Amino acid sequence: MALLEISGLRAAVDGKEILTGLDLAIDPGEVHAIMGPNGSGKSTLSHILAGRDGYEVLSGTVRYDGADLLALSADERARAGIFLAFQYPVELPGVTGMNFLKTALNVARTSRGESEMDAMDFLKFVRARAAKLGIDDDMLRRFVNVGFSGGEKKRFEILQMAVLEPRLAILDETDSGLDIDALKVVAEGVNAMRGPDRGLLIITHYQRLLDYIVPDHVHVLANGRIAASGGKELALELEEKGYARFLEVAA
Amino acid sequence: MAADIETVEQVQSVGADYKYGFVTDIEVELAPKGLNEDIIRFISAKKSEPEWLLAWRLKAFRHWLTMEEPNWAKVGYPPIDYQDAYYYAAPKTTDGPKSLDEVDPKLLETYEKLGIPLREQEFLAGVAVDAVFDSVSVATTYKAKLEEQGIIFCPISEAVANYPELVKKYLGSIVPYSDNFFATLNSAVFTDGSFVYIPKGVRCPMELSTYFRINQANTGQFERTLIVADEGAYVSYLEGCTAPMRDENQLHAAVVELIAHDDAEIKYSTVQNWYPGDEEGRGGIYNFVTKRGACRGRNSKIAWTQVETGSAITWKYPSCILQGDNSVGEFYSVAITNNRQQADTGTKMIHIGKNTTSRIVSKGIAAGRSDSTYRGLVRMQAGATNARNHTQCDSLLIGDQSGAHTVPYIESTNPSARVEHEATTSRISDDQLFYCRARGLTSEEAVSLIVNGFCREVLQTLPMEFAVEAQKLVGISLEGSVG
Repeated sequence: MALLEISGLRAAVDGKEILTGLDLAIDPGEVHAIMGPNGSGKSTLSHILAGRDGYEVLSGTVRYDGADLLALSADERARAGIFLAFQYPVELPGVTGMNFLKTALNVARTSRGESEMDAMDFLKFVRARAAKLGIDDDMLRRFVNVGFSGGEKKRFEILQMAVLEPRLAILDETDSGLDIDALKVVAEGVNAMRGPDRGLLIITHYQRLLDYIVPDHVHVLANGRIAASGGKELALELEEKGYARFLEVAA
Repeated sequence: MAADIETVEQVQSVGADYKYGFVTDIEVELAPKGLNEDIIRFISAKKSEPEWLLAWRLKAFRHWLTMEEPNWAKVGYPPIDYQDAYYYAAPKTTDGPKSLDEVDPKLLETYEKLGIPLREQEFLAGVAVDAVFDSVSVATTYKAKLEEQGIIFCPISEAVANYPELVKKYLGSIVPYSDNFFATLNSAVFTDGSFVYIPKGVRCPMELSTYFRINQANTGQFERTLIVADEGAYVSYLEGCTAPMRDENQLHAAVVELIAHDDAEIKYSTVQNWYPGDEEGRGGIYNFVTKRGACRGRNSKIAWTQVETGSAITWKYPSCILQGDNSVGEFYSVAITNNRQQADTGTKMIHIGKNTTSRIVSKGIAAGRSDSTYRGLVRMQAGATNARNHTQCDSLLIGDQSGAHTVPYIESTNPSARVEHEATTSRISDDQLFYCRARGLTSEEAVSLIVNGFCREVLQTLPMEFAVEAQKLVGISLEGSVG
């Protein structure tokens, strides 16, 4: 059974149809990349999957692990194992990174019927994952995303993913605003999360992230639907020739 | 850190109900309803008070009769009928208990529901509690331990009997009997409260704590607290409040006086969780309180921290008179209002001595149809050379029907004094809520986390055991404030 199955999804924002019949299936263990030009509906897709308010689903279905995903609220989806790495992570003044991680992890554990992690175990657990992303205790004591550089924000998103261990992770333009060194660190963090039970959906404008996180499948999103699908070579082709061909076909 | 998770659990377990809304069924002794000189004589006689104190009460009462209730605060309520209340209510079974064993088990049960650490284990927590049940202190713990160091910590009525000279010297010295309508009423009818004296050079080895609770219907609670830190002494005092749920409003008009001599420091922390009334604003406590501290001596320091989440109406301005040179006054406040609550709260920093400094950090959170006002005065008197003040007032609005107001008064007659005031007003953004929800937090958990972050600077100043409780309260008091 597919981990995520989107069929004929049409959705609108403020009465304007953005997704026009999108189909996509992700099996456990697979890494999919969705590439598309600005305005093709990439962010709309990620927000709809994560359950953000303000999007109207006109028709179609989204099934996650066999169940109707659209019937769940944003927090229910997160607790069911869906994780969205934000394109623009949000500042939470006064809330330390450590506190945020602990709160989110304990919510996840409680909803899985597990007990909360004790403070010392938690510290070890987070430090080990943080170190791999070049995040030190100092950064964890700072307030979530407040005064973070672009690279710090994205690394902190990946750390949250590593701590929460979702079954389906959606990375929304995680490469934007990253220099090449930060990109490598983030990609390593993502690659470490690959596994037979986990699905990854990487949404990006550029191919360069896919040099480091090599996808199993690449899709081109144009005018609100999947215009083409292929292997990793499709990404290279897009890099070379651009999106023009797909926009014409779709139009 | 774990507190946020606990908040979540609390919120889930509590539902929409006020957790402390139970009434203890025990026999009480009431004075007749109403207020007149006979009632005051009755109270004084009940407490076997000396003549000077009765005279002081009567002087206050006579003055009170000439006063008008203040109406300048941004709060509204129907007129209070001061004759339609009981001014004395004492549990019948508490005739001077010598130890906890002699205390009515039902009382102890009440304290247990409140989570008050009254038993032996609190020794480990380092908390000594003077519990006030309606008007009479029923148990005082660790007095012996404190007495070893010469520290006096007892009900004020006991202090009147045992340390009359100290009480006579300091009572009314900071908040005089004629101070204001509610403080004057308190002076006339106060029934209990705590007295603390820390001798020269002594650092109080544990946090001193009092829980106040209004149980009897239609009683006002008028406690009076007096804390004196002699030269070089230090004390941290905690005050927590809850009251049962009732449809009618109840008046709470307390007075707190603090005196810090040379090099002394007093830290006074309050978590106020009186019943706030229901969603339509029925019932709830009128919390009209006068709190003031004087830094009498050089290099002395007084710090007020308050977390105000309860009460239908809060009218409260814990203040510092910075008389000694180099003395320091601090005021840290979180005021949360929801539904129909109204809070008009802030501080006064009166700089008299040279090089005096004060710091004000106020965080107001208004949800539902509530109103939250910061009202504060910073006065630099002519002698306050090189005095400094910094004020930070932040307001957070939740929903679109709540109000936040900031009313700072600044008066300076010394050109070398420096006064700084910063103020912000903000909302919890949809982005912040969604970000938290995308990590699995419900809307209420998200609000609790964000608001706790907003209040962090203030909550950090609370002693550990209170900080945890305060974090939970933040979550509970904002229940139902987001859709």
